[in-house]
Amino acid sequence: MAAITMRLPVARKAMGPSAPRGGEKHLVAPGDTITTDTGYMRGHGTYVDEEKLIASVAGAVERVNKLVCVKALKTRYNGEVGDIVVGRITEVQQKRWKVETNSRLDSVLLLSSMNLPGGELRRRSAEDELAMRDYLQEADLISAEVQSVFSDGALSLHTRSLKYGKLGQGVLVQVSPSFVKRQKTHFHDLPCGASVILGNNGFIWIYPTPEQKDEEAGGFTTSLEPVPLSDREVISRLRNCIVALVTQKLMLFDTSILYCYEASLPHQIKDILKPEVMEEIVLETRQRLLDLEG
Amino acid sequence: MASVVLSEAEKLYIVHGIQEDLRVDGRGCEDYRCAEVETDVVSNTSGSARVKLGHTDILVGVKAEMGTPKLEKPDEGYLEFFVDCSANATPEFEGRGGEELGTEIANTFYRVFSSESSIDLKSLCINPREHCWVLYVDVLLLECGGNLFDAISIAVKAALFNTRIPKVRVLEDEEGSKEIELSDDPYDCIRLNVDDVPCIVTLSKIGYRHVVDATLQEEACSLASLLISVTSKGALTSMKKMGKGSLDPESIFEMMETGRRVGKSLHIALQKILDEEESLGTSRQKVGFLG
Repeated sequence: MAAITMRLPVARKAMGPSAPRGGEKHLVAPGDTITTDTGYMRGHGTYVDEEKLIASVAGAVERVNKLVCVKALKTRYNGEVGDIVVGRITEVQQKRWKVETNSRLDSVLLLSSMNLPGGELRRRSAEDELAMRDYLQEADLISAEVQSVFSDGALSLHTRSLKYGKLGQGVLVQVSPSFVKRQKTHFHDLPCGASVILGNNGFIWIYPTPEQKDEEAGGFTTSLEPVPLSDREVISRLRNCIVALVTQKLMLFDTSILYCYEASLPHQIKDILKPEVMEEIVLETRQRLLDLEG
Repeated sequence: MASVVLSEAEKLYIVHGIQEDLRVDGRGCEDYRCAEVETDVVSNTSGSARVKLGHTDILVGVKAEMGTPKLEKPDEGYLEFFVDCSANATPEFEGRGGEELGTEIANTFYRVFSSESSIDLKSLCINPREHCWVLYVDVLLLECGGNLFDAISIAVKAALFNTRIPKVRVLEDEEGSKEIELSDDPYDCIRLNVDDVPCIVTLSKIGYRHVVDATLQEEACSLASLLISVTSKGALTSMKKMGKGSLDPESIFEMMETGRRVGKSLHIALQKILDEEESLGTSRQKVGFLG
């Protein structure tokens, strides 16, 4: 039975500010004057013009003692050492892979930063270099950690732990990096039956929880077995919930995703993306998160 | 066409999901994404419509101009299609990158509308062999999110529904020279009958099944797709196969049946929304682009 819904567009409603914690946010657009006080140091997203501090990006002003910076809401990913990222291989070069991580430049994954199968530690030989394409090809997805930042801003990634490596079957959702909250861990096994990797670069990977926890595979062997229908439903629902949270401008972290999932259970999976259902679910999630804090 | 790259495992996940009638966003194989339709968005056209189908955003404008009828059809007006793939949609369309896709879409629409019953061209005639209305249908691709043809056909039908062509009278002088007089009342116009205008349904073959309204990711997994244009009564006006892969004749029949069924529901839903918008009249709040 085909289901086709069409609707007339509705003007976006300005959402009232959610309970301001720690005062109102100072929002600026490019060109707005932040302050005329010269005692402040300028941080990211600002520049000085005629003794005035002016914003160069659109976002919220953050002040830490004497440092003023503007954190943009929609931006390319600016990597920092220690961040978890999910990336897609774009090129296979000599001794390294180029990875797309939604930043200004493609990130680099050196062959020496990659775990060899079996976890062996040895110097990479010429055979390893020739066999690079057997490990990772163009369009493959990987989870990695940022090892360092080059002078031009490109990131150097490493997968030197068994929890990183090539990703198998699952769904990728791309959101703006500013929606992913910085947390202690970005790998979550949600109780609803799926696992999620919240990449700091805005790439969210949802996949079925692997049953056995043995780690010697290290992410090289991808299971090509069909994922059972029950897991698929959970993954699709999570994907729609994440899209709903991002559309309604709520931060993404494990608790918010879980609450949104629970709030969406009474609805059918495909209905979650309808504007009115989205609003209802996210409102309930927001309410539960506020109750959790208060 | 804009495309995304997917890893083998992701493609496998999508293909297996479709076998079990559960797509990545929870839809079934015959479900469309939620569509938003708005007409009369561009003020200096005779009719316009904007359709948002998921991430696909299309703007269609129809301009009615006076022209000479074609030699082989002296008592009919005609339609001219032009598709502009703007660089807004994807960087691949920068410069002349979008021309190839644009001409392909325009040619498809010429075929779709080539059937005599789709639109009453005789009503566009003013003076046989001398004057007729030419409807220039301009399509602008604002965003490419998969399933372009369907979205464009919905927008074209909505724009033709919205088109208002001014009423003209032909006055004859004593010498026989004809003068065309435009009526003074700006609201005195003729509307087109869009009951038989076909809509395109794209069926993409993924694995062993076919899906309607494929997203960019699903299009990357499908090797062949069938484009059929269906009228509201379920009649097929044209068919086109796209893609590098091959289609089994059995599956073509199945896809045609599915396309017909889905096409009829599409027309019903679209007509309902167009009538609803019409009934709101001047009190309707126009959302447009800055809503």
